[in-house]
Amino acid sequence: MPEPMKPARWLADYGMILVLVLLCAFFSAVTYSEQSPTGEAAARQVVEAVLKAVPKGARVLVVASDQPGDAVFAARVERDLTAAGARVLATVTGEPRNAREALQKIQSAGGSMDAIAATRVAGGWRLITDLASDFSSLGSPRVITPASYRWPNFLKSENLLNIANQIAVIAIVAIGMTLVIITGGIDLSVGSLIALSAVLAAGFIRDQAGGMSASTGGMVLGCLLAIVVCGAVGGFSGLMITRFAIPPFIVTLAMMLVGSGLAYILAQGQSIYQIPDSFVWLGRGADLFGLPNAVVLLLVLYALAQVLMSRMKLGRYLYAVGGNAEAARLSGVPVRRVLLFAYVASGLLAGLGGVIMASQLKSGSPTYGNMYELYVIAAVVVGGTSLSGGEGRMLGTLTGAFTIAVIQNGMNLTNVESYTQKVVLGLVILGAVLLDKLRQAR
Amino acid sequence: MSLPSPSVLPLSSTNPTNPPLLSLTGIVKSFPGVRALRGVDLRLDAGEVLAVLGENGAGKSTLMKIIGGAHSADAGTLAIEGQEQRFQSPQESRAAGVAVIYQEFNLVPALTAVENIFLGQEVTTGGFVARRREREQVAALFRRMGVEVDLDEPCRRLSTAQQQLVEIAKALIHKARILVMDEPTAALTSHEVEKLFALMRELRRQGMGILYISHRLEEVFTIADRVTILRDGGNVSDCPIHAITRDQMIERMVGRPLDQEFPSRSAKRGGPRLEVSGLRRGKAVQGVSFQVHRGEILALTGLVGAGRTETVRLVFGADPRDAGEIRLDGQVLDIRSPRDAIEAGMGLLTEDRKLQGLVLRHPVRENFSLPNLRRWCRRGFVQRRRERSELDRYIAALRIRLSDPEERVGNLSGGNQQKVVLAKWLARDCEVLIFDEPTRGIDVGAKYEIYLLMNELVAAGKSILMISSELPEVLGMADRILVLHEGRITGEITDVAHATQQQILQLAHA
Ligand SMILES: Nc1ncnc2c1ncn2[C@@H]1O[C@H](COP(=O)(O)OP(=O)(O)OP(=O)(O)O)[C@@H](O)[C@H]1O
Ligand SMILES: [Mg+2]
Repeated sequence: MPEPMKPARWLADYGMILVLVLLCAFFSAVTYSEQSPTGEAAARQVVEAVLKAVPKGARVLVVASDQPGDAVFAARVERDLTAAGARVLATVTGEPRNAREALQKIQSAGGSMDAIAATRVAGGWRLITDLASDFSSLGSPRVITPASYRWPNFLKSENLLNIANQIAVIAIVAIGMTLVIITGGIDLSVGSLIALSAVLAAGFIRDQAGGMSASTGGMVLGCLLAIVVCGAVGGFSGLMITRFAIPPFIVTLAMMLVGSGLAYILAQGQSIYQIPDSFVWLGRGADLFGLPNAVVLLLVLYALAQVLMSRMKLGRYLYAVGGNAEAARLSGVPVRRVLLFAYVASGLLAGLGGVIMASQLKSGSPTYGNMYELYVIAAVVVGGTSLSGGEGRMLGTLTGAFTIAVIQNGMNLTNVESYTQKVVLGLVILGAVLLDKLRQAR
Repeated sequence: MSLPSPSVLPLSSTNPTNPPLLSLTGIVKSFPGVRALRGVDLRLDAGEVLAVLGENGAGKSTLMKIIGGAHSADAGTLAIEGQEQRFQSPQESRAAGVAVIYQEFNLVPALTAVENIFLGQEVTTGGFVARRREREQVAALFRRMGVEVDLDEPCRRLSTAQQQLVEIAKALIHKARILVMDEPTAALTSHEVEKLFALMRELRRQGMGILYISHRLEEVFTIADRVTILRDGGNVSDCPIHAITRDQMIERMVGRPLDQEFPSRSAKRGGPRLEVSGLRRGKAVQGVSFQVHRGEILALTGLVGAGRTETVRLVFGADPRDAGEIRLDGQVLDIRSPRDAIEAGMGLLTEDRKLQGLVLRHPVRENFSLPNLRRWCRRGFVQRRRERSELDRYIAALRIRLSDPEERVGNLSGGNQQKVVLAKWLARDCEVLIFDEPTRGIDVGAKYEIYLLMNELVAAGKSILMISSELPEVLGMADRILVLHEGRITGEITDVAHATQQQILQLAHA
């Protein structure tokens, strides 16, 4: 039965998304600046310009500095020009000094030069702009550089992917935290479980699966083991909470210490990095339309969680238990099992978060995940989930996680000091929750 | 949209030169999606009890909350002894001499009766709470009310009736000129009600003005001097109590005459269905045995604290029992949790809707579905279309008044919340339904609809075990009555047609 959404409810559910969009717009405006294309895109543009200026048999010098993407630029320009029938006299990547040597060589070999294909930076070198003063015998070659354009640093695709990668672990762990908080609980152990999981997975690969020469099967096994152990820790917390009625805050605080301690013991206080290169597939690979694998996983998990919470019986039960556990029990809801599910899920997802972090950093260390429980809780709360239980949305949490990441990233781009960043982030969390309260009070 | 009714009398006062104790004119109050009050007038004189009547959702509680400073009116004026007041908070209202007993309890569950009663207005000496003085005052008040409440238990351990008594004490402990009572007797049995009325008469003699809301009309005739009737957020009638009959009262409330209060029924009683023997738990239940037959409504009555609620909670597995056997259709059931009981085909409508019956912050739809999800679910997915159509059916059948099924159930009026609790269990299609005060806070018109539904259920061969403190309801609906006293069954009435309230009361006092 389709129903028209009332504007108030729509805003309640998606108001946070609006805030996120506004934040993105803000950071885009602030970081709107001159951009020069680099790498392949720049190369294609320059080659086209060179061929247009000197259609046939052009004699060209290719100059690039040593910034990221410049090597690609130089190689591509050389290849494409050669293929088009032009003659590349020399290709230089590095500093002006290298370019001067190349020019001297060309001059001593005798002969003219039609064009210099350069990156924007190299094109601006005094050597190139004042070419006539030192190398008059080369004639007056045109200097061709890629045209600049204006675009926000914030919206560059590398930056967006960067945000997504940074947020992957927090956002995935926040799914479990949302489940737990909706039941009226809290899970402080997730940060430690991230470390424990990373150490377990890395340690297993080093000690049991053959270290640097571990097979894919061995690595998968190590990761599964780490995730299952974390799920078991979550299950233990759940049992303590349901069977002995110990408050979740206390149980998971204890498990936070236990988990962190275990991680240090297992790793003997060291990082474990004897892992094959292919281990980074999950954390750094990008197999689907250039989307990082961790981000794809994140989106899939959120879709599943959203369906669980909005369409399935278990989701309703989670809300009911958090809203009024006694009323739920008297209505036949298996309250203990529902709670247990939430804590096991939180443990499993924290374990997965640890594996992703180990993969991103290609090592496992007991220092991973430090303070993450707080960032995760912040993401959940900023997303509109009430700490008193019974209310909250999965997509809210995703928005919350992105909001926090966007603010951090934006401040990095605008060179805000890291101490100031903490202050701002703290105030933003407070502001977001305040906004939510004001909205509810209406 | 008020009817052109000759019953709207001019507001009469005993002494026209004195301003009335309390007068409200043209009070308007809207909530998102509902106009709860559309210009209501009301006057209360010193030394009178004014009954405020109306259907569920008519706006009575909203009006009382405005008087108590919990809501502020959108328009209209409120004057006490001729002086206009604009209450911004309950504190200001209290300072002006208004004491309110709200329909929904406002007790801190972890605090004791004494602590709750003095909450926010503690008696202190040099910054320290004078606990002894507080305790003595409360004990004296409860003695005057003629009831016993344990002063050292946290309130969450008290029964609903005892909590209601604490709420009443909270309003009475401080001197007030105006006392507002929003369904104070809904959870009380006739014994406590009588004591409460005696106290109200004394307060009236001392010149207090009392606003009294109840859906129990016989109480209104006992205690009220005048009645004001609201419908759909407007005045329909205001007259002295002797100028109106019970039938007129109902007709003005509901908007149509109601010829019968209890529908007649012709269900055939079958064999025993639920058999309970030797049920015990601590002091509350000390060996209770009974049977409920197929097609029968069995009523459990007794005084507050007689162990009625505790007995049914044990049957339902809500509390663990020390001993006792429960059989359904001859089969011994191993009930350890409400879930087991529900699976076996039982349902329990709890007496306290706020704490045990509803998730107040959740939508009506989700509350309604909670015990039914297992049946309205395919491979873990809720069949939302089915859920919605069932809900629509019950909203119509019980005339639940709401602006939207997605509305938080906590926003509905008290009686409509009760209807949601009823609906969720009626939809469950249980074989044995246990109703603990099913019509608490429900208006006469809607009660009739509920009785009809109960009759339909027993006609279909189901069994109903009903606890009710309202003796007319017990006499009107039950096939058989069991009376409890201090955790034991002290009497059984099988010939209900010829039984009297007096007879029940005698058994209840054992
Ligand atoms: N906080 C609120 N938010 C939204 N609607 C409300 C709120 N409080 C009351 N209402 C609506 O106002 C109307 C009047 O409610 P009110 O509680 O005053 O009724 P009532 O006469 O006390 O009924 P009852 O006999 O059931 O207690 C109802 O339609 C109710 O749904
Ligand atoms: Mg009311």
